[in-house]
Amino acid sequence: MSDQSLIRNFSIIAHIDHGKSTLADRILEMTKTVSARDMKAQLLDSMELERERGITIKSQAVRVYYTADDGVTYQFHLIDTPGHVDFTYEVSRSLQACEGALLVVDASQGVEAQTVANTYLAVDAGLELIPCLNKIDLPGAEPERVAGEVSELIGEDPESIKIISGKTGAGVHEVLEQLVAQVPPPDGDRNAPARALIFDSEFDQYRGVIAYIRMVDGVLKKGEAIRAMAADFNAEVDEIGFFSPTMTPVKELAAGEVGYLITGVKDVKLLKVGDTITQRYHGAEEAIPGFREIQPMVFCGLFPIEASDYPDFRDALEKLSLNDAALAWEPENSDALGFGFRCGFLGLLHMDIIRERLEREYDLELMATMPSVGFQVEMENGDIVEVHNPSDMPDPNGIKEIREPYIRASILTPKEYIGTIMELCQDKRGQTGGMSFLSEDRVNLLYDLPLAEIVLDFFDQLKTRTKGYASLDYEIIGLRPSPLVKLDVLLAGDAVDALSLVVHKDKAYDIGRQLTEKLREKIPRQQYDVPIQAAIGSHIIARETVKAFRKDVTAKCYGGDISRKRKLLENQKKGKKRMKNVGKVEVPQEAFLAVLELGDSKSK
Amino acid sequence: MARLPDGDPAPRDGALPEAALAGLGERPFGLYVHVPFCATRCGYCDFNTYVPGEDGAAAASGYVEAVLAELDLARRTLGDGAPAAQTVFFGGGTPTLLAAADLTRLLDGIRERFGLAPGAEVTTEANPESVDPAKLAALREAGFTRLSLGMQSAVPRVLATLDRVHSPGRPQAAVAEARAAGFEQVSLDLIYGTPGETADDWRASLDAALEAEPDHLSTYSLIVEPGTRLAAQVRRGELEPPSEDVIVDRFETAEHVLAAAGMQWYETCSWATGEAAWCRHNLGYWDGGDWWGAGPGAHSHVGGVRWWNALHPKGWAERVRAGESPAAAREIPDAESVRLEQVMLGLRLRSGVALDVLTDDGRAAAAEHLAGGLLEPADHAAGRAVLTLRGRLLADPVTLDLAG
Repeated sequence: MSDQSLIRNFSIIAHIDHGKSTLADRILEMTKTVSARDMKAQLLDSMELERERGITIKSQAVRVYYTADDGVTYQFHLIDTPGHVDFTYEVSRSLQACEGALLVVDASQGVEAQTVANTYLAVDAGLELIPCLNKIDLPGAEPERVAGEVSELIGEDPESIKIISGKTGAGVHEVLEQLVAQVPPPDGDRNAPARALIFDSEFDQYRGVIAYIRMVDGVLKKGEAIRAMAADFNAEVDEIGFFSPTMTPVKELAAGEVGYLITGVKDVKLLKVGDTITQRYHGAEEAIPGFREIQPMVFCGLFPIEASDYPDFRDALEKLSLNDAALAWEPENSDALGFGFRCGFLGLLHMDIIRERLEREYDLELMATMPSVGFQVEMENGDIVEVHNPSDMPDPNGIKEIREPYIRASILTPKEYIGTIMELCQDKRGQTGGMSFLSEDRVNLLYDLPLAEIVLDFFDQLKTRTKGYASLDYEIIGLRPSPLVKLDVLLAGDAVDALSLVVHKDKAYDIGRQLTEKLREKIPRQQYDVPIQAAIGSHIIARETVKAFRKDVTAKCYGGDISRKRKLLENQKKGKKRMKNVGKVEVPQEAFLAVLELGDSKSK
Repeated sequence: MARLPDGDPAPRDGALPEAALAGLGERPFGLYVHVPFCATRCGYCDFNTYVPGEDGAAAASGYVEAVLAELDLARRTLGDGAPAAQTVFFGGGTPTLLAAADLTRLLDGIRERFGLAPGAEVTTEANPESVDPAKLAALREAGFTRLSLGMQSAVPRVLATLDRVHSPGRPQAAVAEARAAGFEQVSLDLIYGTPGETADDWRASLDAALEAEPDHLSTYSLIVEPGTRLAAQVRRGELEPPSEDVIVDRFETAEHVLAAAGMQWYETCSWATGEAAWCRHNLGYWDGGDWWGAGPGAHSHVGGVRWWNALHPKGWAERVRAGESPAAAREIPDAESVRLEQVMLGLRLRSGVALDVLTDDGRAAAAEHLAGGLLEPADHAAGRAVLTLRGRLLADPVTLDLAG
């Protein structure tokens, strides 16, 4: 059991691509936690997807021993956290497991929205911040300007900001010394009943759920009877230990330490992120504050392209749910797309990741419908209906009010883009929440926006309009009533459930017109004219037609080469299978996502 | 040449299953001889043919003997039940690059091994430049009854794009020479949809062809085949292939002009002055007949077994000389594939496909396409699916739906 005064728990806060994982790699290397031989880039990002995308999805918590210049060996726990807005709750729990944080800012890019958001989370959690300018080895580095921004953000003297390169290792030693000197050691009561914060978890198919824990008070031992307080779940400690960076079992973990705990339970929902673990008997009375149930915010229908894959798809979702407590799903039966699942996600990145994992790790071919948010509908009779699928929107006659989730967006941008961003935000039904200058050139714009607009194309539009210079972060601020209507799309006269969407009534006409146009581009010519209509209720607001093609024949059939032509036809038949038959109309998969491209046609 | 379809290995001796041989003679029986040589290669052509200087052209010297060897194999394989040939077709390539004496030897070789049925149709394809009155007379004398001339276009600019070397007017002259030599049936081939061809060009080609008074015309839409010189020109942007609408217009022009001239289509690419002028050999392909294709890359069909020969003349010749089957692969299509072939080939024909060979789904689809104007109402009422003009342009989806 280590002396708490020798422990330093910290995480690294950085915008994507600002060098968080590379800095972590250097720290592992310089503390000889990993031999140079075993070193590979982004060592802590173990998921294939994380390496490919250069992002962190799951947290890591690695123990390293650092012998400081004062000759004393300290025990560091480096908690590597996801940085994306979808995972804000996980980030907040990870930060709560620390006493300090390295604030890493790319010396050429400057402070970004994600940096600000996570910095505020860290400040809220009472963490000691050690600011660092990274990538100073790059030619475009502007340490002075960026130091000014960082100083503005955290209110510290620019002189105190460390200048480092995670790539070359320059300045990293000073940072490690700073961690010893500035980050306060944990001060839990080791004699109190145990309280361990679960800040992340993962699922191992052989061992079950591996909970990542920070011991706040007391001691937890192998074999001990424990209780997860929010889930009210009882278990025994099968194994307890720390990461170095591989799992290293120990007899016990004590207040101040960071590690993992395995009970053999197979359901990730029983050891929830944010929950407190204590002893089953004579345990703690009060849980660590801050726990909340995870709510999916973004929904989409996922359907197997081959209907026969449906059982495999269900299995895959079940397995993935073991690993990801935030993934919600329920069966969905679409007239157009057949049997699938309506899935709920934390956000767009989470949705992307889940879909990619399903296709990659479970070898499924899936098609996705347009993402939407969850609406809350209050009926005239007082009933409250939660709507996760636009096609489930009740008949307007019985509706008293529709409420939709709003976010508070923080947009960091060079000042020359203020005008275009304000225009965009207003177009997206935003209400300004003010702005503040981060430096002479950079501004933080605050807007309240409907999440539905973010889910569509807000981020792409923002990037396009600011040439990629603006960054966005947001938090959910609750539901607000909006005058929303359900917009249906009819193909050849029949409404297609998978194409329905819920839009603001003032924008319905515009969106209907653009959507029918986009669908006309996406749906190939067929044997008959295909009318495409957009409708609100029985009122048609836009119409386009895919003209019938006039020719579809591979005429040549010289000699007796009949096999070849037959095989060409058989291949055509396979190609048709990849289209969805909606009534008589063959609809390619990408048509179901046409609404995501509406912004494009507008900016043309 | 496009890749051949995958199939199963063929036995070395080419032996056919008993079931395939049963009923031989009850179906039409024909012989096809592939002559894989040309004087020059046209830019659009992806056929299995070789020009002087290419490796495959070297096989020209022993070619006639090799074909005769394959005919021996054919006779052995089909056995004593082998019927007399009702049709013979020399295709290529350019069969008339062979001397009249060589073509005569080959036709005599067929006659010796199989015999020719009374009134047999014996066709050779010909390049207008590779025939003259003397040669035509010799061929007629040898027993050829039908000549199919590659005219392609009457417009010099279009011919240049196609790399055709003959001068305008030569194909029509060749028709007259063939008539003079006593050929009963003379056909001209035309191509439409060549990059740069205008509506007037196509009209002029049709008129020129009709003026020569052939009893048969074939009209083919130019297909840009991968790997051809034409495909490279299109890829580099030097030529622009016509749009779908242009192709449809050309097809409809052909329909109107040829019908006005008293010709009727009997197959989607084939027009004739009457039933007597139909190409019975080709009908065998479309009607489920039996035929043996001799020569490199030739396809055969006997009693439900399809096979195709090795493409390269050298490899093909080595095997037939050794008395082995030159088949590269064979296949015996399953019931579903057979039905698809039946529908695919039947819909090419004016006679169409019988509704009672379709599945219930196929018949339901036929009713839908009837309603959509793609099938002829009168024929449908009489129990046959026959494509309308618009239907012929949409034959692929209709085929898949009816074969359903």
